[in-house]
Amino acid sequence: MKKYISFFRVRFATGLQYRMAAVTALTTQFFWGLMECLIYKALMESNAVSLPMGYPAIVSYIWLKEAFYALFNTWATDNDLFGMIVDGGISYEFCRPVSVYGMWFARSLGSRVAEAALRCGPVLLCAIILPAPYRIGPPAGLTAFLFFLLTMFLSLMVTVSFCMVVYMLCFFTISPTGWRILFTGAVEFLSGSVIPLPFIPQPYNSIISFLPFASMLNVPLRTYSGDLAGNALIQAVFLQIFWFIVLYLFGYRLCHKAENRIVIQGG
Amino acid sequence: MKMGLKSNIRLYGMYISVILRSTMQYKLSFFLMVTGRFILAFNGFLAIFFLFSGFTRIGSYSFEEVLLCFSVIQMSFALAECIGSGMKVFTGIVRRGEFDRMLLRPRSPILQVLGTRFELGRLGPMITAGITLLIGIQKGQIVWTAVKIMVLFVMIAGGTLLFLSLFILGASFCFFSIEDGGLLNILTYGAKEHGKYPVDIYGKRFMQICTYLIPYTLIQYYPLQYLLGRTDRWVYGLYPFGTVVFAFLCYIVWLFGVKNYKSCGS
Repeated sequence: MKKYISFFRVRFATGLQYRMAAVTALTTQFFWGLMECLIYKALMESNAVSLPMGYPAIVSYIWLKEAFYALFNTWATDNDLFGMIVDGGISYEFCRPVSVYGMWFARSLGSRVAEAALRCGPVLLCAIILPAPYRIGPPAGLTAFLFFLLTMFLSLMVTVSFCMVVYMLCFFTISPTGWRILFTGAVEFLSGSVIPLPFIPQPYNSIISFLPFASMLNVPLRTYSGDLAGNALIQAVFLQIFWFIVLYLFGYRLCHKAENRIVIQGG
Repeated sequence: MKMGLKSNIRLYGMYISVILRSTMQYKLSFFLMVTGRFILAFNGFLAIFFLFSGFTRIGSYSFEEVLLCFSVIQMSFALAECIGSGMKVFTGIVRRGEFDRMLLRPRSPILQVLGTRFELGRLGPMITAGITLLIGIQKGQIVWTAVKIMVLFVMIAGGTLLFLSLFILGASFCFFSIEDGGLLNILTYGAKEHGKYPVDIYGKRFMQICTYLIPYTLIQYYPLQYLLGRTDRWVYGLYPFGTVVFAFLCYIVWLFGVKNYKSCGS
């Protein structure tokens, strides 16, 4: 376990190095969040029907999404890993006396947490000092907040184990970029990072909410505002645990398969 | 330095043919890329589609009207990215010393930088934009006259020019600062992402920024008003031509940058 913690720490430290990139990303995220808030406000004001989520819940959803963007986006995968698979640097990884799966898992986790740690503070600060309708509210209660922390941890696990499956699939192809874009394109919508899932009407909604993608950022962001509570929340938590185990086992199996059949072309 | 327009176009054609031939060596990768980018762009459409399944309008716009706006922006951006990707990786070109070599050649540096990349993978978003444009046209109430069709094309052309100018402006940043123009991405990607809705729904302040700072309204809000028949002022249909002025300003910044360029010596 100790060695995995050190992989986590190395990545964490590397992530903290890129401060200027962080400033850029911060501005982007703040701007993005604000624009999204404005869209939903325009939507709310120009229709007689009420939104499927309360406006404060939407606002907190948007700001939390921007603040913890790095934790949950399946888009920003670790490019070094793809590079290693393509250029053969992977051979060094196999020489190490640790499991490749565990090592990469710790790595991805580390870089995500580092990035999020850098970014969430300032974005949340901006979101707190904004004028009234665009301001992020406090969590719905202590229970909601505790569940928010728990589900956030679980969804991070689901997201990372999903990305691991994508990495492992890259062993079986020579064009990782294409696959990656294909996967992330679909996941982005199904996980609720384009629009919050409650906005998707039935019958699509009930299907989507059982997919592993709905166990990612969808759960914690809605738990915070109390939009997801009671039995639905408990069900969501169990679903998260279920998908984490499934994705973990699947990724792990794939990793073993890849390890057995991998051929390194000299170099 | 001056070469005829014809020979420049021929040179650009050669650049493209070389790039296309190399892209086509990896057919599966190319196909996945197009499909993936298609899906990514399609997400934008799905978002609008699902939002409008519960609601009838946003601001004063209906579903079809937003689709029209979405398609124009998406199409312009995809075209600009297809042609102008070289400008997006310009920092790398300078850092590797490739720009020094370009300056030695008796050809326009802009042409050479643009010629380094031609992303056919952007066909994906273009297909999306084409589909949504058709839906928007078919479902909408607009009576399409020859003039209106022209305006639509001018909007797309103006948008492409505007985004290309922004890419060039972003590339020029690295003449003046060691940071790359990452912040400028907010202006381009932000416009692509949030420009799918007519600017006026974001409020008056945003309208002003999008008119006087970066002239997005020229290709989006004003000509759209004319297309949708909300104004009698046909002049609005000509507004996209205003982006030429913006492009010229960006070109001047670029020229100024090139003139003061000092190689980093690697």
